[in-house]
Amino acid sequence: MARIQLRDLCGARSGDKGDISDVSLFADDAAAYDAICRAVTAEAVKAHFGGLVHGPVERYEAPNVMALKFVMHGALGGGAPRSLRSDNLGKTHAGTLLRMEVDVPDEVATSARRRHRPPAPR
Amino acid sequence: MTVRLGGGQGFYGDGHEPVDALLDAGLDYLVCEALAELTLAILQKDRQRDEAAGFTRDLPLYVHQALPWLVDGRTRLITNAGGINPIAAGRVVGQALEAAGAGDVRVATVVGDDVRPLAAELDLSDHALFANAYLGARPIVDALAGGADVVVTGRVADAALFLAPLIFEHGWGEDEWDRLAAGVVVGHLLECSGQVTGGNWSGPWWEHLDPLRVGFPIAEVEPDGAAVITKPDGTGGRVSFDTVREQLLYEVHDPRAYLSPDVTADFTAVTVDDLGGDRVRVSGARGGPPPATYKGLVCTPAGWAGEIRFAYSWPDAEAKARVAVDSVRRRAQREGVAVLEWHEEYFGAGAYGDATASAVTTEAGGHEPPEVIGRLAWRCADAEMAAQVPQGAGLLGLSGPPGISSAGRARDGRPTQLLAVEPFAVERALVDRQVQVTRLWEEG
Repeated sequence: MARIQLRDLCGARSGDKGDISDVSLFADDAAAYDAICRAVTAEAVKAHFGGLVHGPVERYEAPNVMALKFVMHGALGGGAPRSLRSDNLGKTHAGTLLRMEVDVPDEVATSARRRHRPPAPR
Repeated sequence: MTVRLGGGQGFYGDGHEPVDALLDAGLDYLVCEALAELTLAILQKDRQRDEAAGFTRDLPLYVHQALPWLVDGRTRLITNAGGINPIAAGRVVGQALEAAGAGDVRVATVVGDDVRPLAAELDLSDHALFANAYLGARPIVDALAGGADVVVTGRVADAALFLAPLIFEHGWGEDEWDRLAAGVVVGHLLECSGQVTGGNWSGPWWEHLDPLRVGFPIAEVEPDGAAVITKPDGTGGRVSFDTVREQLLYEVHDPRAYLSPDVTADFTAVTVDDLGGDRVRVSGARGGPPPATYKGLVCTPAGWAGEIRFAYSWPDAEAKARVAVDSVRRRAQREGVAVLEWHEEYFGAGAYGDATASAVTTEAGGHEPPEVIGRLAWRCADAEMAAQVPQGAGLLGLSGPPGISSAGRARDGRPTQLLAVEPFAVERALVDRQVQVTRLWEEG
C-alpha cells in the first residue's frame, strides 16, 4: 500500500442545499475507484472535516461515473443566507476533501493521473 | 427530430456575453435559471424595499439579447427569473418587448409556487418572508402549448425549466418515467451554465479555461431523451466525460434517487460517452414516480451580521491578526454587546512585499504566510447591536500590533440581515389548485 493525497488521484466538486454540503469525488479508472471505495468511508470523511461538519455524513456510490458522493449535514454554518462563513456555499469543500491522505494499492498510487499542476503564478 | 436547448444562465449575476454565441449557434429554447436557494432571500430583501420588485433585475437584458430570435420565432425563452414576483417580471418583459417594437412576442407567467396563502395549513412561521414550493414542468408545458414565446416563472425545480420544452416538443407522457428522467438529466447538466463546459472543473482547468471565452452549454435532445451535450463552435472551455460527470452529480445527494416534482431519477443508470470534439452523449437514465409531496423552502429572519477585517504583514502576521480579532471580541464582551455567534477566519497569499514575500520561511523550515487577513464575523439579534461590535476597533490603528492595513476599500461596515431557509414538504394538490398560467398577450 502507498499513502497518497486525494488531490493526486481524484477530481472533486462541491455544492450546497440548505445547511448540507454535497461533495462528489471522481476516480479516473476502475482500480482507483475501487481503492477510494475502500479508503474514503463516510466515517473517514467525517473525521477529516472535523469542526467544519457538525452533523452526520452519508456516502453514496455512482459506479457509472466512478464517483463517490458525500452528503454532509450541518456543514455550512446554518445555510448560505444564514451563515457567517465567507464560504457560505461550501464551494471550497471539494478542495478540503482532496487534502485528505489515504492508503491505496501501490499500482493505484503510481498510475495516479492528477499530478499535473498549473503554471506558477506571475 | 432533436430539440436544441441552451443553458443561458446559472444564477442571478451570471455573465451575459456567452448567451450571444449560444443564440448564434441556433437554439429552439434559451433557458435561463436564475434562482439559487440564496437568491430568493436576496429578492425578498428587494421586495421589502419595493413591492413591485422581487424578480431578477437583469431579466430585460436577456430579453434584449434574444430579441431577434424571439421575433422571428426561431427561439423561445424560458426562465424562472420571476423570483418571488413573476407577474411583475412578466409585465417588465412585456414592456421591454413593446418598447423594442416587438409587442407581438407572447409572454406567459406561471404563479402559484408562493404558498404563504397556505401558511396555516402548512404550519409555517408567521414571520416567513417567503415560502415557496418547487413546481414541476407541467405549468410551463401548458404555457408553451398555449402559444407562449416567453415563459416567466417563480420557483420551479431548476431542471423542470429544461424538461418542460422536451415534454412539449417530444410529446412525453406523464408516466414515461425514463424519458422524464432523461429530461431531468439534461436539465441538471445545463442549469449551471458554464459549470458543465469547463467552469469549476477540478481537472487541469488551466489548459482549457478562459472565463472570458467560455462557451455556455447546448443539449441536442433526441425523442427518447438521449442527448449530446456540447457548446458553440469557437468558444473556450471544454465538454468532456470529466466536465459532464462532475456536473451530473453536482448537489444531487442520493444519485440513485434524485427527487424532482416530475420524476424520481436514477443518475447511476446514465451512460456518459465522450464523443470527442467537445461532444458528450448522455443516455440510459431511468426514472420512477416523483415524491407524493412538493419540496418547499421557507425563509425567516435570523438576526443581523457584521464583520471586520484586519490585514497584517510579515513578520508574525497570523499572531498579530489573532490579537486584533481577539481585541474586538473582548471589547464587545466587556461592553456587554449581546453577540449570539462569532466566526473567525484567517487568509493570505502574498499581497504585501511582492517578490520579497516568497522567500519567507520560518526557523523550522516551514512556510510563514507573507500576510494574514483576520476576518471576524458575528451575529446579533438586531442591526443596532451588530453595529456596536466593531466600535473601538480604531484603537488597533495606532495601538495594536505593527503592520496593519485595512484589507481593501470595498466595505461600508454596515450590518447585513441574515435569513434562515428551511425545507418543508407540501401536498401537491394544495399547491396545484393555486397554480395559474397567465397569457399576458390576452390581457391586452
